[in-house]
Amino acid sequence: MVNILPLSVQNASVTRNGKHLLGPVDLEIGPTGLTIVLGPNGAGKSTLLRLLHGLEKPSAGRVRYAAPRSKAFALQAFVFQTPVMLRRTVLGNLTYPLTVHGMARHEAEKQALTWLKTLGLSGHEQQRASQLSGGERQKLALARALIRAPQLLFLDEPCANLDGAATRDIERLILEARAAGTRILMATHDLGQARRLATDVLFLNKGQVVESAPADAFFEAPQTQEAQAFLKGDLVL
Amino acid sequence: MLEIWQGIQAAFWLIVTFDADLYEIAARSLLVTCSAVAIAALIGLPLGAWLAVSRYRLRRLVIAVLNALMGLPPVVVGLVVYLMLSRSGPFGVMGLLFTPWAMIIAQVVILTPLIASIAHQSIRDLWAEYHDLLISLNTTRPQRIKTLLWDSRRALLTAALAGFGRGIGEVGAIMIVGGNIDHVTRVMTTAIALETSKGDFALAIGLGFVLIGLAVAVNLALHMLSGTEVRDRW
Repeated sequence: MVNILPLSVQNASVTRNGKHLLGPVDLEIGPTGLTIVLGPNGAGKSTLLRLLHGLEKPSAGRVRYAAPRSKAFALQAFVFQTPVMLRRTVLGNLTYPLTVHGMARHEAEKQALTWLKTLGLSGHEQQRASQLSGGERQKLALARALIRAPQLLFLDEPCANLDGAATRDIERLILEARAAGTRILMATHDLGQARRLATDVLFLNKGQVVESAPADAFFEAPQTQEAQAFLKGDLVL
Repeated sequence: MLEIWQGIQAAFWLIVTFDADLYEIAARSLLVTCSAVAIAALIGLPLGAWLAVSRYRLRRLVIAVLNALMGLPPVVVGLVVYLMLSRSGPFGVMGLLFTPWAMIIAQVVILTPLIASIAHQSIRDLWAEYHDLLISLNTTRPQRIKTLLWDSRRALLTAALAGFGRGIGEVGAIMIVGGNIDHVTRVMTTAIALETSKGDFALAIGLGFVLIGLAVAVNLALHMLSGTEVRDRW
């Protein structure tokens, strides 16, 4: 089994259309834990996740996995803030990551049905994914990301705009994935969720990693003024 | 007005009396156009998808040219295909001129840019929606193209039907390369042109109604088979 972690980022920046979005960033993502990426809007949280996942190319610096790039990409997954549903059935959405990489359809459907049971979506197999509620779609998107058992999972504000029940379900799936050994990086600006889930925190502001610390230390005694202001609920400018 | 009425009557009688010539011509029209649409779709749909997912320097120019080719004048296509297939042309040895094959080739040339261009526009929009997801799922370019083609199949049906509409009503190119030979290359449109030139407007109008009916019937059949306008939007 190939290990893609640790993931190291060396002096990486992202500039798009002449606008500087992130960096320079230096950090290392170890093989275990659940890192919450915190920060105000526009801090660069999504850009950082997209950079690490390979959806964004660094304009400077480098992002290195412990495994070759092709293998590293096969062993990670990304869940977007607004879930993208394939124009297929619920079952079709779940089997897609498996069948597209060569698994036999009946085997993929067997796995997908087990996941649907876990998600509480049994009976919805043949329903069009676009007809699900927002929370159900996000659960389906998370399951679609997890169905190939990724080593590294990126979550970009997966609970934004979801109600309490849907958020609880999503968090349960996230914690189960973490318990199963998936390394998770999750962007959020929900402090309550960060406290519930994080093992460590990356705090970003204006495209820079301002603070990186274990969750307990970060929430009890943040070291920077920006993080202190953010935790107090003050405006971080 | 009288001629239109006579045309309707002629069309009615041609159909109910199972006029052998009419059915032969209609069958040949369908064969030529459906073959051309199938071949053009096999080329145009993947081409449209490939153009949507690919990024290269001359992409905009290629798309602009493809869009411009949608308005390719059929007589010019007919002339070029004629020259290619004529005895002194590079493919003259194949003996395809004045056969249904020549008509199919000419229609493929006309229909491929049309189908590819419409497909490209539909798939481009879907690609914008799927882009991050399909990259995130570590798919290869052929897998992305296959996924986009499958998931936009209803929009692509419209592209194929547009191609069928253009093909079934086309006369210029197939007249040149087919020659409108009775029982060999005569199709609905060339038959209408011939009857009009003979002054037999009633039969020409009758054939026109049959042609329109044929086009509508094929469109309806395909829509019903594919379930469009029945199911909700995906």
